[in-house]
Amino acid sequence: MLNTTLQIVAVLLGGALLMNLIRLFRGPDLPDRILALDTLYINSIGLILLFGLYRGSTLYFEAALLVAMLGFVSTAALCKYLLRGDIIE
Amino acid sequence: MHPIVELIICAFLLLGGLFVLLGSWGLLRLPDFYTRLHTPTKATTLGLAGLLIASMIHFSLLEQRLSIHELLITLFLLITAPVSAHMLAKSALHHRVRMQKVTQGQHLAESAREREGPG
Amino acid sequence: MSPNDTQRRGIRRWLPMPVQSLILFGVWLLLNNSLAPGQLLLAALLALAIPLLVAPLQQAQPPVRRHGLALSYTLKVLYDIVVANFQVAIRVLGPSSRLKPAWIAVPLDIEGALPITLLASTISLTPGTVSAELSEDAKWLYVHVLDLDDEQALIAQIKQRYEQPLKEIFGC
Repeated sequence: MLNTTLQIVAVLLGGALLMNLIRLFRGPDLPDRILALDTLYINSIGLILLFGLYRGSTLYFEAALLVAMLGFVSTAALCKYLLRGDIIE
Repeated sequence: MHPIVELIICAFLLLGGLFVLLGSWGLLRLPDFYTRLHTPTKATTLGLAGLLIASMIHFSLLEQRLSIHELLITLFLLITAPVSAHMLAKSALHHRVRMQKVTQGQHLAESAREREGPG
Repeated sequence: MSPNDTQRRGIRRWLPMPVQSLILFGVWLLLNNSLAPGQLLLAALLALAIPLLVAPLQQAQPPVRRHGLALSYTLKVLYDIVVANFQVAIRVLGPSSRLKPAWIAVPLDIEGALPITLLASTISLTPGTVSAELSEDAKWLYVHVLDLDDEQALIAQIKQRYEQPLKEIFGC
């Protein structure tokens, strides 16, 4: 049962990633694209966790944590750039 | 593994997956940036929390000990999600990203841009 | 100065941020997912050393006065996030032309960077509202609402449900 559910949820997440990609390409404004990128990051964390569950290994936890951190930092940096035209004040 | 526990894990996984999908669905189909901002930041965070809870239960049973380090990701997302939502809203506001005509209180957006009180 | 005061000052010197030290200790153990003696020792070392290094960077924040209320506030917000998410999910799945997005301005009674940040984050985390900008004098918080029914009722709800407890927690 768990394996079937994992496959279903992986399909759901794949659909979510696809929608994010469409928004990323369609835009129309820069904040839209940054938001799509941020959501893409968070959804991919979910996919990494699913893969960890599927393989029965906790090794993927570190990868997920790193992706979460990088996602937040890059979103914050991009927003800062949009707001001030400069990342480091 | 006990079937009832497995059922609980599956329920959390499905709920999480559905909320993540809902977040991205909102991102794709809502009409303007400010409304789009609402679903991915919150529905997705809740969806991921569902996946993380499922993962916690699963590994705690698999390794026969308390395995709750997924809590760190949940906490991290819970702290960073409102910050990135706020920064995105702020940069969109100052970049004058267009908003829907039906949006009420557009004069407030104008005074928010100037960082003054309303009116 | 009483001996008790001197003692407290000594503790403050070697443990400048007690709460943060505790959090660091817990996070290190969670990160390694173990309670082995070696990890406990390392966690304690880090929890002592890192606050000593970063304490000079700290900005003074109002202290938490009521810890019990802070805990119940956290639980309340978590509960609200889950429940309100379901409500917003239903609205998002319906036709988008029926949504009534709006900007509102919430007058703030609380002051200080930390309480206002907490309030803005709470507003952003509970579905249906995102805080977007703070006025220069920190008296007004501008919030975007996904589906507005009654402006005054929403402002009153934010003030009573979230701002009031925060005000009591920080005593400001």
